[in-house]
Amino acid sequence: MTISDLKQSPPDSVKSKINWGKVEEADNFAKTVKLFRQGKYDEDSFRRFRLQHGAYGTRMTSDYAMVRIKLPAGEIYPDQIEKISQLSEQYSIGSAHFSTRENIQLHWIILEDVSEIFRSLAEVGLTSREACGNSVRNVMCSPLSGVCPDEEFDSTPYALATARFFLRNPMAQNLPRKFKFNFTCCEKHGMVRMVDVGLIPQIRDVDGSPQRGFKIFLGGGLGNKSFVGHQLEDFTPEEDLLYTSIAVMRIFDRLGDRKNLARNRMRYLVNDMGWEKFQNLVLKERSVVRATQSVITQLDVDHTPNEIKRPIRISDESGSDTAPNGFARWLKTNTVKQTQSDYRSVFLTLEAGDITASQLYALADIIRNFSSEGKARSGFAQNIALRYVHEDDLPRLYSKLIEVGLAKSGALTMTAPIGCSGTTSCNLALTNSHRLAKEIQRKFLELKLDEDDDLSDSSIKISGCPNSCGQHGIATIGFFGGGGRVGKDMYANYQMSIGGRSDGDTMLGQTLLRVPAKRVIPVLLKIIEIFKENKKSDDTLKTWIHRVVNGNEDSEIKSIVEIKKILEPLITPPTIEEDPDFYLDYGSDSSYHTKTGKGECAA
Amino acid sequence: MCCLTDSGNVTTDVDSLRSEIRDKSVRVIDVRREGDYKQDHIPTAVNLPLANLLSDDSPERVLKLVNSMGIDDETHVVVYDDTFGALASRVAWTLEYVGHSNVTLLETTYDHWKSLGLENDSTVPEIQSKEHSMKLQPDILATSNYLETAKTKDDVILIDNRERLNFLEQHIPGAISLPYRTLASDDKILRSKEDMKRLLENRGITGDSEIITYCGSVGTLSGLAYYALKSAGLSNTKLYVRSFKEWKNLEKPTEKQEDASYWDLSAE
Ligand code: SF4
Repeated sequence: MTISDLKQSPPDSVKSKINWGKVEEADNFAKTVKLFRQGKYDEDSFRRFRLQHGAYGTRMTSDYAMVRIKLPAGEIYPDQIEKISQLSEQYSIGSAHFSTRENIQLHWIILEDVSEIFRSLAEVGLTSREACGNSVRNVMCSPLSGVCPDEEFDSTPYALATARFFLRNPMAQNLPRKFKFNFTCCEKHGMVRMVDVGLIPQIRDVDGSPQRGFKIFLGGGLGNKSFVGHQLEDFTPEEDLLYTSIAVMRIFDRLGDRKNLARNRMRYLVNDMGWEKFQNLVLKERSVVRATQSVITQLDVDHTPNEIKRPIRISDESGSDTAPNGFARWLKTNTVKQTQSDYRSVFLTLEAGDITASQLYALADIIRNFSSEGKARSGFAQNIALRYVHEDDLPRLYSKLIEVGLAKSGALTMTAPIGCSGTTSCNLALTNSHRLAKEIQRKFLELKLDEDDDLSDSSIKISGCPNSCGQHGIATIGFFGGGGRVGKDMYANYQMSIGGRSDGDTMLGQTLLRVPAKRVIPVLLKIIEIFKENKKSDDTLKTWIHRVVNGNEDSEIKSIVEIKKILEPLITPPTIEEDPDFYLDYGSDSSYHTKTGKGECAA
Repeated sequence: MCCLTDSGNVTTDVDSLRSEIRDKSVRVIDVRREGDYKQDHIPTAVNLPLANLLSDDSPERVLKLVNSMGIDDETHVVVYDDTFGALASRVAWTLEYVGHSNVTLLETTYDHWKSLGLENDSTVPEIQSKEHSMKLQPDILATSNYLETAKTKDDVILIDNRERLNFLEQHIPGAISLPYRTLASDDKILRSKEDMKRLLENRGITGDSEIITYCGSVGTLSGLAYYALKSAGLSNTKLYVRSFKEWKNLEKPTEKQEDASYWDLSAE
């Protein structure tokens, strides 16, 4: 008898075909950290090096880092999830964090341990390389690409190929600033106008035969100042995809502002130059690129279809398929029908993106047992999508998710707000936006607002400072953090905007008023109340707010001024004697004060 | 004879233990709860639940327990648990403290042993008492007083083995954080010697310093760290066995990571 004979074989596990990691980078990182600590590496070069490898600084300390693991096209495999679970317990705080750009972040890592994480990531084919710094950040793809009923073709292979082309590419190691690609499935499900390069797949009839290509949007982005992207041309055929990407990056590299840190994203260049001029430059540059590539460069797009195999039904101890309580609510607010019949995509909402090590561990098995593609995707809203779940398996999946605390309803509704990391770890944060998002979710689920169809297509997004990591600008109701004061007493205070959206009618929210942290929930509930009183029968909160901000509403609420008037009484600060709690930010029991360190986005 | 200080092995692998059991050349101690032990255990193992040991871990009593488990100065002892080696470590360390150096940890947990399908039974062995000598090893123990003076020295490294969040929230001033989870590998209670060395070296934990480990309350997690350090050849290590619980009760100074709401990032 040998031991290996007796080991239980794990269920089939699909593995990533691409290994993004490189173990040499772990050794190199460890060595560089040592040199830096010995003072043989200056602060600035070390910071650049660290960021290029995907390790951010942490709030008010140089002992810790945050490691941002890229999930190209959002894809993640069971063995990778298990590894991240383990890493979070070993080196982090026992939780991991799903970001809004399909990264997973491990926070509060001791800088000297970062190389150990790189080493383990490489074992499962992952990397954090170029997840920060002035490089091509994680290439995103819609969590519904490949299953979306409205898409013309699946852009996932193109997203992966793009990520592969630019990762460690010398051309992309020293850009004026970070550079982001978002691929999507259709107009509705992506954020193509709020990014440097946004792409929607399109099929065109060219001389009688269908040709694949993209609608490409350039120069959008959220930030201290946000811009909506412009469409480059009607149709960009697929063979021009890479040439276009290279052309845009070359122009940005050449002309982007390298001095003024606050204005060096490509959107400023586009804005300063004017769209038409920029557009012409791109088209010209593209011809140059096309003509000067000695060999024809094409993206290495892997078109092998994913194997779709319904996992063999594991024996069901309970022996029954009766759905547990809450199933209907969950089914409605967390799942979408796929274009493939009998299959649904299931979204798991995490409180502001946080997931525990044990939940991750359980999730890996859940994916193996329920997803017929054997992997998962990170979504846009700090959430996770499990796709290709057979309709018949949904009740059992729901029970499993309940067991591990991942069955919260409302994933696809307004009750799942986004909150950036805020004062939990970010150096620039002014408020605890992260906790506020959790508080709102808890309250809204308690009030069962996820079941309200009027609210489902709206969104709440919160940033802890004017930088827009929480994407507040494109939220139906968005917030960014700052400080307010009464006399010498300070309190956490949010700037609220309404009417932002990121779909075909992309626009930024309009600033409404400042709302103290501890008044955010009452203010949100009041807005819902005003909406209910004034809505037309087929209005959703989103369509109604849209009319109001565009001045097209004909009820008592003619513009945001009227909303503001109604809300104002709610935001008057009490004195500290009347309500000491008002002066504490969420998650803090000491008096509020703003305190920030050096930002690193620009380093 | 396998001896920790000679070979540097702090763990015994599964196959060696099985052959030592067959040769009757080992005393195996199961530190799980009595009920669990009674159900099944590694053949020939005796039961010493950690709680029983901790109810009075004065050297005199420990020596009595050692004798009653049929352990003399020469016996090779292997300790195991089902809690990633932490409880076993605390028992092994206590044996070392009263002067029994020939003690190792089973390289894996009892759960894993069973999942490998290895032999187990519920027989409680008949034990003949033996006589063990008392040779206290104060060098491997740190008391709060000792710690207070030691930590002011440059060449002393104080390691906190609790989870990171607990460390951020409160710790002994000057300590560095090395959560106990970091010490293990996939199915072993300790990572390989080479991996351990690399990890420690990256953190500047090297043989040039005296090292003191502590954890939350009774020296289990830090006991495991004690053996982890030993496995990497760092034997100038002491266990602050009463750990942070005592430190706080004595109202000694503590330190925290300021100005960040890290708890809110946790999904617990
Ligand atoms: S929005 Fe501000 S607080 Fe939030 S993560 Fe970005 S920089 Fe930090």
